[in-house]
Amino acid sequence: MIATKRFNFGTPELLFTLSVAVLLIVVVFPMLLIFFNAFWVDGHFNVTDVLRVLQRQETYQALGNSLVLSGGVTVTGTLVGTLFAWLVTRTDLPFKKTMKLLFLVPFMLPAFIGALAWKMLLSPRAGYINRFFMDYLGFDSPIFNIYSYAGIILVETMYLFPFVFIQVSGALERMDPTLEESARISGADLFTITRKITIPLVMPSILSGALLIMLYSMAHFGTVAVLGIETGIYNIPTLIYEKIHQSAGSFDSIRTATVLATVLVITAAAILWLQNRILSKGRYQIIAGKSFRPSELKLRGLRIPILIFCLAYIALTIVLPTVTIFMVGGLKTYGLPFALENMTWANYSHILFEWDLTRDSIWNSISLGLASALVTMFAGVIISYVIVKMKVRGKGLLEFLGMLPFSVPGSVIALGVILAWSGKFGVSLYNTVWIILIAYIARYMAFSLKANSAALEQVHDSLVEAARASGATMAQALRDVVIPLVRPGMVAAFFLIFLPALRELTVSVLLYGPTTRTIGVAIYTLNEDGETVYSAALAGIALIIIVTGEVLIKRLVTGKNAA
Amino acid sequence: MANIQIDHLGKRYGDKTVLADFSLDLTDGECFTLLGPSGCGKTVLLRLIAGFEKPESGTIRIDGQVVTDAGDGSSVSPDRRGLGMVFQDYAVWPHMSVFDNIAYPLKLAGIEISARRERTLRAIELVGLAGLDARLPSQLSGGQQQRVALARALVSEPRLLLLDEPLNNLDANLREEMRFEIKALQQKLGITILYVTHDQEIALAIADRIAVMDENGRLRQLGTPEEVYERPVDDFVFRFLGIANFLPVSRRDGALCVGDQAGDWPSLPPAHYGDTLTAGFRPGDVQLSRDGAGLTGTIRRASFLGAQFDYLIDIGGALIRTALPSHDALALGLLFDEGDACRVGFHSVQWFDRAIPTSDKV
Repeated sequence: MIATKRFNFGTPELLFTLSVAVLLIVVVFPMLLIFFNAFWVDGHFNVTDVLRVLQRQETYQALGNSLVLSGGVTVTGTLVGTLFAWLVTRTDLPFKKTMKLLFLVPFMLPAFIGALAWKMLLSPRAGYINRFFMDYLGFDSPIFNIYSYAGIILVETMYLFPFVFIQVSGALERMDPTLEESARISGADLFTITRKITIPLVMPSILSGALLIMLYSMAHFGTVAVLGIETGIYNIPTLIYEKIHQSAGSFDSIRTATVLATVLVITAAAILWLQNRILSKGRYQIIAGKSFRPSELKLRGLRIPILIFCLAYIALTIVLPTVTIFMVGGLKTYGLPFALENMTWANYSHILFEWDLTRDSIWNSISLGLASALVTMFAGVIISYVIVKMKVRGKGLLEFLGMLPFSVPGSVIALGVILAWSGKFGVSLYNTVWIILIAYIARYMAFSLKANSAALEQVHDSLVEAARASGATMAQALRDVVIPLVRPGMVAAFFLIFLPALRELTVSVLLYGPTTRTIGVAIYTLNEDGETVYSAALAGIALIIIVTGEVLIKRLVTGKNAA
Repeated sequence: MANIQIDHLGKRYGDKTVLADFSLDLTDGECFTLLGPSGCGKTVLLRLIAGFEKPESGTIRIDGQVVTDAGDGSSVSPDRRGLGMVFQDYAVWPHMSVFDNIAYPLKLAGIEISARRERTLRAIELVGLAGLDARLPSQLSGGQQQRVALARALVSEPRLLLLDEPLNNLDANLREEMRFEIKALQQKLGITILYVTHDQEIALAIADRIAVMDENGRLRQLGTPEEVYERPVDDFVFRFLGIANFLPVSRRDGALCVGDQAGDWPSLPPAHYGDTLTAGFRPGDVQLSRDGAGLTGTIRRASFLGAQFDYLIDIGGALIRTALPSHDALALGLLFDEGDACRVGFHSVQWFDRAIPTSDKV
């Protein structure tokens, strides 16, 4: 941010150029390489070849699977999310505040660790629950096979429904209760009001949350990788992984991967576009910014049964898998029953203190998380500043570039980064942490841009102009006025990046090398290699790190707000 | 302490021309008010002078030094123009205390720390915020934030102070108080002030000279407050400076008539004016009586406002408003009811050489 103020190339132009350069290198260049590789064959633009790739069985099956899985998760996740959102906002359910927090816990937990736990519980032969039913209750076949479409959809639903839950409970809380009260006065009963007034009003929130679930599920690697590959259920990200990893980078497999990635990008863009339209159309004035005290439905006799149902849901989806992870992580050998004589601390201490692979992975994840969070936070604040505040020519371009990271799924970023930084253009970062860092920056730029531009919108232009009129150069005004005011946004951006980066799998699984496993990769590969207990133990440690981090940050943020 | 020369300034936003060929000179140490309706480009002009905007044409000089020249595109950046500015929304930095806000310009100027402290405290004292220096802006009222902004603009003793509707968000009492304080400060410190507002009352009260702008960014009249109030160049200026009454007048055989009534006028229009005229006057210029000389009118609405009576009078279809001091009304027995007939004369009248649409709303 050091700029001389001579020529016509002052701070604004410098920042603009910097911003465009960062986005071009980190996001646009890799993306273009994907499209280029997908559509450009032997020096020609070639669409028929793309179609040929799409007509291959494995490709269209993966596309179909992605559609079926994400469609299924969207439906179930939306139903579950809406139901719980309604229960915690519009009924007299006991302990509503606590329940609301509990329903947000799944957001903290990495879905692939959940998938791992459910695999341990419900895999057809070895799953503890299935075994219990077969060994003790006389069932002659497993009661549920988690290696199935239904299994994948169920597990993803458990971890993705909060997208809808957050949106809908927010909308229900902010909805002006007089709208419902006037319907009541006009003679409508509560059921009619819910059907005719409440649901139509929160529909935009439901839909936009549903689309978020769809977007996330479409691009989700972990759960499908853990539960699907065994029975040949691939979605787009897992097939990309398969192509890149298993085929040792042959030209044909890279092309297939780029075609799949292209489909993924287009789908994601379409989903985001749709979400934008729904949100802008559905922004009724009646959902005000302030909080009202909405009317509550008396559950009467159902109060306790429904509370029990909610608690059971939480026990089943949060407590049970978490406990399973820790228990399996403490087993001497996978498959032994959970008896005290079969338990040991050795796995945990081996992972933490002895085994280089796992120790490295923890170190890698933490340092990658810190580095990517720092870089992305600063880059994000500069880019959002240019987008939100500056009057520079060509800002439209930057705005467009800034929107891009929002619609690029992780596996696409990883693939693009491989194409760009594997030596083809003079720089080879393959198998180093740097390639993962670049991919993380690209992946999380969207978070940073969102948090920082929200903070910057609050900083009125006249505050900067007042500094300028007081004799501050542009750089001084940024240092003394803008940065202090957007610091909360920057802190938010930092943690929005650091925490997900700690548990990242989708990107790093495509990019890791012998010494650059992340926690996610280590858990995943250990599981693949049959080292189930170590995998679980590491997952347990990851859970502890993640939850501690989340709690500390909540403390930090709320503590700051109170001061 | 500074004079400003604005020459042939032009500013466009897209297709919309905000200022066209605008010229204006401000002399040293005067309090100059730019008065105009919202959207007339007065804020843009202020921002051009401050250096936040660049014009398409023209130059701006401060103390003879060219700070903006559209010809070669050069522009001295705002921080080097040596000015103080108070923004419409105060723009007090929310993360700095009152002291830090006000000390900031001195800090930038590299004033050594004890002198900085002393001058900051003096500025705080000057705007009447003594003792509040450790407060954060969120702990201050609107009027107090306003004073912080003012002190911040004044602390480095700028040669030029730019004020953009700084009293807009204040309540009536505070507005009046601050308006006198700004004027007093200006006289005490001898700085040049450019004050932008759409409020004619503030403009008249505070200014040494006033420039009235119309919505097309053109300068309509320039003069002392008394000049523009008493001798407006056209009906736009006349209308803008207070409640304006207009009566259509025609000259017939030497007589100046409203409808078919010949009026009794305190002054005559210049001889070169045509036969279709308009008489403009303020509510206070009306001389009201029950009978006697003057135009015959009908009271259409009577309202008592405390210090004065406000009558709406219909004269041959044109409606005018009067302001009659309650004292006089009682002493002279001029308490009218709706529908009463009355006679209307004038203390003073402005003549306009054309027909001006008159009010026909009750």
